[in-house]
Amino acid sequence: MTLIGWFQILLYCAIVIALVKPLGWYMTRVFNGESTFLSPVLRPVESGLYWIGGVDESREQHWLTYTVAMLLFHVGGFLIIYGLMRLQALLPFNPQEQSAVAEDLSFNTAMSFITNTNWQNYGGESTLSYLTQMVGLTHQNFLSAATGIALAVALIRGFSRSSMRTIGNFWVDVTRCTLYVLLPICIVYTLFLVWQGMPQTLGAYVEATTLEGAKQTIAVGPVASQVAIKMLGTNGGGFFNANAAHPFENPTALSNFVQMLSIFALGAALTNVFGRMVGNQRQGWAILAVMGVLFLSGVAVTYWAEANGTTALHALGLTGGNMEGKEVRFGIVASSLFAVITTAASCGAVNAMHDSFTALGGMIPLINIELGEIIVGGVGAGMYGMLLFVVLAIFVAGLMVGRTPEYVGKKIEAREVQMAMLAILILPLMILGWTAVAVVFPPAVASMANAGPHGFTEVLYAYSSQTGNNGSAFAGLTGNTFFYNLTGGMAMFVGRFFMIVPAMAMAGSLAGKKSVPPSMGTFPTTGGLFVGLVVGVILIIGGLTFFPALALGPIVEHLAGNANNLF
Amino acid sequence: MLREIRPAILILVLLTLITGLAYPLAMTAIAGVIFPKQAQGSLIEKDGKVIGSALIGQEFKDDKYFHGRPSATLAPDPADSTKTVSAPYNAANSGGSNLGPTSKALNDRVKEDVEKLKAENPSAAVPVDLVTTSSSGLDPDISPEGALFQVPRVAKARNMPEDRVRQLVAENTQGRFAGLLGEPRVNVLALNLALDAASK
Repeated sequence: MTLIGWFQILLYCAIVIALVKPLGWYMTRVFNGESTFLSPVLRPVESGLYWIGGVDESREQHWLTYTVAMLLFHVGGFLIIYGLMRLQALLPFNPQEQSAVAEDLSFNTAMSFITNTNWQNYGGESTLSYLTQMVGLTHQNFLSAATGIALAVALIRGFSRSSMRTIGNFWVDVTRCTLYVLLPICIVYTLFLVWQGMPQTLGAYVEATTLEGAKQTIAVGPVASQVAIKMLGTNGGGFFNANAAHPFENPTALSNFVQMLSIFALGAALTNVFGRMVGNQRQGWAILAVMGVLFLSGVAVTYWAEANGTTALHALGLTGGNMEGKEVRFGIVASSLFAVITTAASCGAVNAMHDSFTALGGMIPLINIELGEIIVGGVGAGMYGMLLFVVLAIFVAGLMVGRTPEYVGKKIEAREVQMAMLAILILPLMILGWTAVAVVFPPAVASMANAGPHGFTEVLYAYSSQTGNNGSAFAGLTGNTFFYNLTGGMAMFVGRFFMIVPAMAMAGSLAGKKSVPPSMGTFPTTGGLFVGLVVGVILIIGGLTFFPALALGPIVEHLAGNANNLF
Repeated sequence: MLREIRPAILILVLLTLITGLAYPLAMTAIAGVIFPKQAQGSLIEKDGKVIGSALIGQEFKDDKYFHGRPSATLAPDPADSTKTVSAPYNAANSGGSNLGPTSKALNDRVKEDVEKLKAENPSAAVPVDLVTTSSSGLDPDISPEGALFQVPRVAKARNMPEDRVRQLVAENTQGRFAGLLGEPRVNVLALNLALDAASK
């Protein structure tokens, strides 16, 4: 570890914190339906969409209607991607003449993009046409991100409203998020990325003759426009197979730094939206503090482990850390930081191969995902995930003192705790359940690229990543098989929607309650005690659930590696 | 609930057209005008022919050129399309080795590379980036240490004084962005082009 390395990490944190307030202020205005500086341009477009779509923007929805609207929206999104992948050979914008994608891979990829997972069983440049990348993937990058944010805002409204039956209008929230938040940022961001060296072209792949006279086919495409929303919307699905490690998908140290910022920007700002909507910004900062503690602990471990390297490398006289699967322009620190950010959020883009990280360095990304990606988290998904844990923490605090717990003026009662537990239990069910099935199913075992405990970690990581809607991978695992495409698709579906429905039920139940003013006996939820309590609850639940599995994978691998036992 | 079906179709289709078609096409047009070189892939031409991209690494085997990092990219096996074969720096199919820290295969490969490099230049420590594969398999850069390590071999193959080659390495070394971000690096293709120009 170096001083300049830590300086990069702290600079990163400082800029994220500086962005929280202005972005939070802007997004609050957007979701409260107020006008913004972009309204003169965008308002006519917005009204036109409502008029054609038959949406009455003044009519709000009950939580059930809101959820059904969201689900219908995703059925359509699924069909668009699936259809494009199956038919891409017959459609335009296909200069490489990519053929139709197989049924199981199309199913997995469509599921992956509507759930904001962006798991890559496909290899971008070798499988997909430009039309599929643009209309299929780019559009769902926008809409799954907008959906996540809309749902988080709906849950926040549940906390901030008093005695109301509705939690907002899904169509209005999604449209406003796309038009006022995501699109304008992406337009500027795309140009920045192209300036840094990212291609943005519809032309065919380039045939080059190298200095030594060999032929090299260089894949290009409309990369920048997709990468902008891929990062901002914490989607993470790469244009290229190597994702953000590909020099075209992340050309410079500066593009890398800005990509890392854009992963956290909106998710971190949502804590401020929460604070503003419930009428006390310190409530938002307290939640961000919980995230910050967990985040920096993870960064410290991964950075230390990667900078330290492995016993096997030391035995060969190599110093300078573990550079296998990392790019020179990023080095150890920017690769470690990126890995922790991308898994803390549900982004899943990678600028280094997590599969080749040291045992402990690669365990942190895995833990981040298994804790539910609530450390800033996916846009929206992180916020509603974190609020579920807050509800549990408040409930535990209430049990300790024997009072009905309250949070931001709402009594937390049986229904809220039931819904929070239901949502949180989905994670271990899918992750541990499918991992257990896969490791006793011979064809699934054959997909592992590494032997020994590392192979087990590959499978555990695959289901963690898909259930958590992350999308990063221990990519050695051959995931493009019928078994993994199907089970992974199910894990993604359940991991996303079985978390959303209880969260929305909670939103509806909370919105219907009266707000009670704080009294002498109210547990303050803006101080260090609250932050410590929530961190504790998150670690205890995550630890109890996943420690045995981690012990079989990265922990035993670390111990074996220290003794220089190879597999 | 039934009245949600109309927006579920129409809002979806309209937003898809805006974000999936209008946005990328408009950005392609704008980027092509403002940054035409980058938008095409930062291609380098020599005598009217494309010899590669400034951002994409290519394979160098000749002693008179600086070599990039090992690359783990694959290509379909021409004999059997269900299998793949090693194809270093295949810029149409990026990817890393994905070998884990306790992998015997990884250790054997690194060991072999270390021994080869030690034989080539016994006087310096082997830089780790020269014996590890990058995550994209297309890393255009090596570390400054990785370049300096190769100076004796390149100088000998070209009959150039080592100091002259070292000077070219220094000229082609890029520092951290603003002195802060990323790592110092040497673009292998740019360095080799400079070498060719200097040898003429």
